[in-house]
Amino acid sequence: MKIAIASGKGGTGKTTVATNLAWVAARKGHSVTYLDCDVEEPNGHLFLKPEIASSRPMGRLCPVVDEQKCTHCGLCGEICQYSAIVCVGEKVLVYPELCHACGGCMLVCRPGAITEALRESGKLEIGQAGPVRFVHGLLKIGEAMSTPLIRQVKEAAPDAGLVIVDAPPGASCPVMESVRGTDFVLLVTEPTPFGLNDLKVAVEMVRALKRPLGVAINRAGSGDDQTREYCRVQGIDILSEIPDDRRVAEAYSRGVLASEALPEIRTRFEDLLGRLLGNGSSRVAQREYPA
Amino acid sequence: MSELVGIAPRSGPPVRELAVISGKGGTGKTSIVASFAVLSGNSVLADCDVDAADLHLVLEPRIVRRNDFTGGKSARIKAGHCTACGKCEELCRFDAIFFDGPGNGVVEKTFRVDPAACEGCGVCAWFCAESAIEFGPVVNGEWFLSETRCGPMVHARLGIAAENSGKLVSTVRTTARRIAEERGLDLVLIDGSPGIGCPVIASVTGATLALAVTEPTLSGLHDLERVAELTRHFGIPTLVCVNKWDLNPEVCERIEARARETGVGLAGRVRYDHAFTAAQIRAKAVVEYRQDGCAADLRAVWATVGAHLGGSGFQGKGV
Repeated sequence: MKIAIASGKGGTGKTTVATNLAWVAARKGHSVTYLDCDVEEPNGHLFLKPEIASSRPMGRLCPVVDEQKCTHCGLCGEICQYSAIVCVGEKVLVYPELCHACGGCMLVCRPGAITEALRESGKLEIGQAGPVRFVHGLLKIGEAMSTPLIRQVKEAAPDAGLVIVDAPPGASCPVMESVRGTDFVLLVTEPTPFGLNDLKVAVEMVRALKRPLGVAINRAGSGDDQTREYCRVQGIDILSEIPDDRRVAEAYSRGVLASEALPEIRTRFEDLLGRLLGNGSSRVAQREYPA
Repeated sequence: MSELVGIAPRSGPPVRELAVISGKGGTGKTSIVASFAVLSGNSVLADCDVDAADLHLVLEPRIVRRNDFTGGKSARIKAGHCTACGKCEELCRFDAIFFDGPGNGVVEKTFRVDPAACEGCGVCAWFCAESAIEFGPVVNGEWFLSETRCGPMVHARLGIAAENSGKLVSTVRTTARRIAEERGLDLVLIDGSPGIGCPVIASVTGATLALAVTEPTLSGLHDLERVAELTRHFGIPTLVCVNKWDLNPEVCERIEARARETGVGLAGRVRYDHAFTAAQIRAKAVVEYRQDGCAADLRAVWATVGAHLGGSGFQGKGV
């Protein structure tokens, strides 16, 4: 079973929830893989402290032009929707950072002057954090596109066991790539106007992707009651409320798992895990997403 | 929007752009931008966190103009023309084509494009032998020109499950800059998004100054290092502000030491204070809600940032 932990707003506690869930699940004997799909700013390793067993560069395909074979017909520039390849007179210019690796230029090139080569855009690291299998990706600085890397992080997950996907914040391409194909999406929010506004955006995104979802309210008690009201009206289950507790924030600041430091917080995450495994699997049968 | 790209500044004061970014999410960017908007009194606001825009919740903009955002193209298969040859599915690299479209009398099932997965490359349409695939621009967001109690504001909403947030960010920024030039305002305040990817790059490239807001946690330290490397990569002078600094003074000092080593300036510290949330619930900027506590810290940070930005609005306000 694959569970994605996502949020619209940043800093609501995705990584806290994802790492604590992975840790309590492993303690209960589940076979667990933690995937950090926030390849722009991954933080899971700070809490799970994995021993990295393998590290390899990740890349995405980019066109390479053989000037000898090129007839300067300009078709490559015509098909490219991203202005990543243009033919100017007797020269073909490639802008790798704009390329989406659709392969169009290579397909239209009649003389076969275009091939594709892998261009490094980050690295993939796999390791073991105690009983938890750990995978994360690190986007190279200055690289704009994170989705190809996220795809590769997800491909490194086993098909069996419990997979916890720690998604990046927001509601656009990188989040959608992280959430796609998971069995359940847990949206972590905080009970503030910003938290609620961004939760609504995230709920619409998850619904557009036809994934079942639930909500966890972090720092419960710190804001107002609008989030609970919204969930009630929308018929969204609130699967956990994690209290606003300075000790949780301080444990986080030191890179310590709250479940390890605070037994009452551990109980919260154990309850959440129980609900997710019950909740998620009963809904997997009704999945509407095209397989 | 292409006609707006690369506008040369008109006569008048040069427009400065302050990009407030963070690496890690939820460090207080938007609350800080709202307070800066109040304190500056003569800036244009650009909410470039188009994925999860929140600045409007505090500044309550009155929308003057709405504009559709067409950031890319999308493919659609005409079921009546599809012969189910499968070429589109074979060529699509984004797993956006599914064999579950309606039948048409010739074939029982046709192919269908999942709009949420389509990246708008157009390869399927180009190679469809039956010309059964429509390929054209899609509206995937909206952007707004507004007035607020702190000045003009440009903000946006990316469509649900839509792509191209970087392009929408560029649209917001370019428009904000144009308005600043037209009205003779010399500062654009950019509320950025978390991370270091495409929308962040679109928010910071070419900015006068970046203010990275972080928190005294190991995640905050780790993410700040990456975002500072990003601004260095693009040659943008950067200051760091540690929000909630007293949550962990030791990590706060490590962050500031690390900043000094890497050529990032210090903008100051803001204490951990429930006034941040309380102000937000009342739709007020922190400095409108309180005078002391974290509001005093924010004023001090603004003075330092203003001194680094320079410009007419800051004469005599430097530190």
